Amino acid sequence: MAPTRREFLKIAGFSAVGLVLPFLPSLSSAQAGIPLSPAAPGRLQALKAKRWAMTVEPRKCRPGCTDCITACHLEHNVPVIGNPKDDVHWIGLERVEHIFPAEAHPRLPESITKLPVPVLCNHCENPPCVRVCPTQATFKRADGIVMMDYHRCIGCRFCMAACPYGSRSMNYRDPRPFIRKINQAFPTRTKGVVEKCNFCEERLARGIFPACVIACKDKALAFCDLEDPRSEVRLILDKGLSLRRRPELGTGPQVYYIL
Amino acid sequence: MLEKALKGSRGYGIWVAFLLLLVAIGFFFYLRQLDYGLGITGMSRDVSWGLYIAQFTFLVGIAASAVMLVLPYYLHDFKAFGKITILGEFLAVSAVVMCITFIFVDLGQPGRVMNVLLYPSPTSVLFWDMVVLNGYLLLNIVTGWTVLESDKKGVPPPAWVKPLIYLSIPWAVSIHTVTAFIYSGLPGRGFWLTAIMAPRFLASAFASGPALLILFCLILRRFGRFDAGEKAIQTLAKIVTYALATSIFFVLVELFTVFYSQIPGHMHHLTYLFAGLDGHHTIARWMAVSAFTAVAALVLLIIPRMRKNESLLALACIGVFLSLWIEKGLGLVVTGFVPSPVETITDYTPTGPEVAITIGVWALGLLMITLFYKIFVSVRKEE
Repeated sequence: MAPTRREFLKIAGFSAVGLVLPFLPSLSSAQAGIPLSPAAPGRLQALKAKRWAMTVEPRKCRPGCTDCITACHLEHNVPVIGNPKDDVHWIGLERVEHIFPAEAHPRLPESITKLPVPVLCNHCENPPCVRVCPTQATFKRADGIVMMDYHRCIGCRFCMAACPYGSRSMNYRDPRPFIRKINQAFPTRTKGVVEKCNFCEERLARGIFPACVIACKDKALAFCDLEDPRSEVRLILDKGLSLRRRPELGTGPQVYYIL
Repeated sequence: MLEKALKGSRGYGIWVAFLLLLVAIGFFFYLRQLDYGLGITGMSRDVSWGLYIAQFTFLVGIAASAVMLVLPYYLHDFKAFGKITILGEFLAVSAVVMCITFIFVDLGQPGRVMNVLLYPSPTSVLFWDMVVLNGYLLLNIVTGWTVLESDKKGVPPPAWVKPLIYLSIPWAVSIHTVTAFIYSGLPGRGFWLTAIMAPRFLASAFASGPALLILFCLILRRFGRFDAGEKAIQTLAKIVTYALATSIFFVLVELFTVFYSQIPGHMHHLTYLFAGLDGHHTIARWMAVSAFTAVAALVLLIIPRMRKNESLLALACIGVFLSLWIEKGLGLVVTGFVPSPVETITDYTPTGPEVAITIGVWALGLLMITLFYKIFVSVRKEE
């Protein structure tokens, strides 16, 4: 169907703005004074999507590999506190039976039951954590990323009670002494606020894929626009049955597991 | 009238000084918590709410229970409660102050508490809880104080107080309902996800609150030379009896639903609470005490001869209070987190500083109750 005159003008207008924007120094994020991490090439446009989603294929993981966790935690200044009580993590490894209790049964092969599965924030379509937050310190963006404002969070931990996945961590103490090497490109947190995976929104803004996805040498993680039928995530999902954690709760998780 | 709280017997002075000392100790440890962070408590990544939020939940019930005096007196003209309705309202005021303090000490970033007002979030139950709690506090301060002042002057309370008193009746129900919704509205926590949470909260509140009031009336008669009257105390005792029976009934209903349906996600929590799970028995031991005390207290309360014996009644009231405190002020919050969403069993043990802060907040509330009741008794004596 041919575009109407009105639609054509709209598209033309946006295209013109799009052509000019990257050359305006104050508006271009890549030149806004944010130091790029060494992995980042020079000038990149922000990655955009209608709905970000991730696929996880744990059977591709090398045994004992924790590259995704290390990369994520280094990138985001996640402290290594070393005790389970005060522990902060954005990605964890869990057994299938613990994250898919409805699918697990005693006759599953060991190749499945012994498999460590990466777990992270599911960036739910209908996130309970966002619903319960009394200050809107946690909120959902139009592209589906569930974010935290560390400066607004009052540390009431209602979101931690509301998250059905245990994806959130509280800074029970000052995390800074426990950060091995501070990444200046990402803020550190103060004690008393909650934090979690942010789908590397700070990297997407600079046109780089999430740290965990890049770090995975086995290509077990894919991250793309779910609304784009030709995206890698969609191609993987098209192959067969994929699982989401506790879909019966109606949260609409956006991390899909292929097992 | 406030000056009446300043003069008192030697025993009164010692009691007030003792409470002040506990408040000071609690405050000292709170400063340490401010410095170190909430890691000073026993709370963890898995069990992220503990003693503080549990006390808050329990005390909302105590606050709401004032309605058990206000309703019979103002709606049914039950004269026997006329003398003690103000005691209920002042108890409510002190309980709400404790609730708000417990929420405050539980915050990781207390300096940002005003964000709740700066960014009002109507989708958050916590936001509504703040609204109803502060409203209830205001209603009870205004009505309690105005009625007492009229008493002092020997005139009937002004007409404008009546609508506020009527409003405080449904409002009392609302504070405990909204508090229950904090828990029962969360999708992933099978233990809390039950529609009977709010009714259960109200039933246990209407048992524990009046039980505490009976104990206060008995103490006031002994030490304050104020007699609430046999009829008032016995009626309160009947209220406690019915509410306790209802509360136990609701727990049994919950147990039936969970254990007959046998859905693991719901069953694990209650097994942990009442029997222990994978060798974790600490909470189950407390709950055994709670269950035993509740049943024993119910027996004492149901048999009229025993209920009318004031020593046994006092014992029963202590039992009711203890039992429901364990259930709500200890078990209810922690068990929602065990097992965790990834099926880990993490025990929660409050730390020394955490207990000291908790005692400090309770002492603050008791201090307020003491001062209010002292003023009340002094005003009554002048009549």
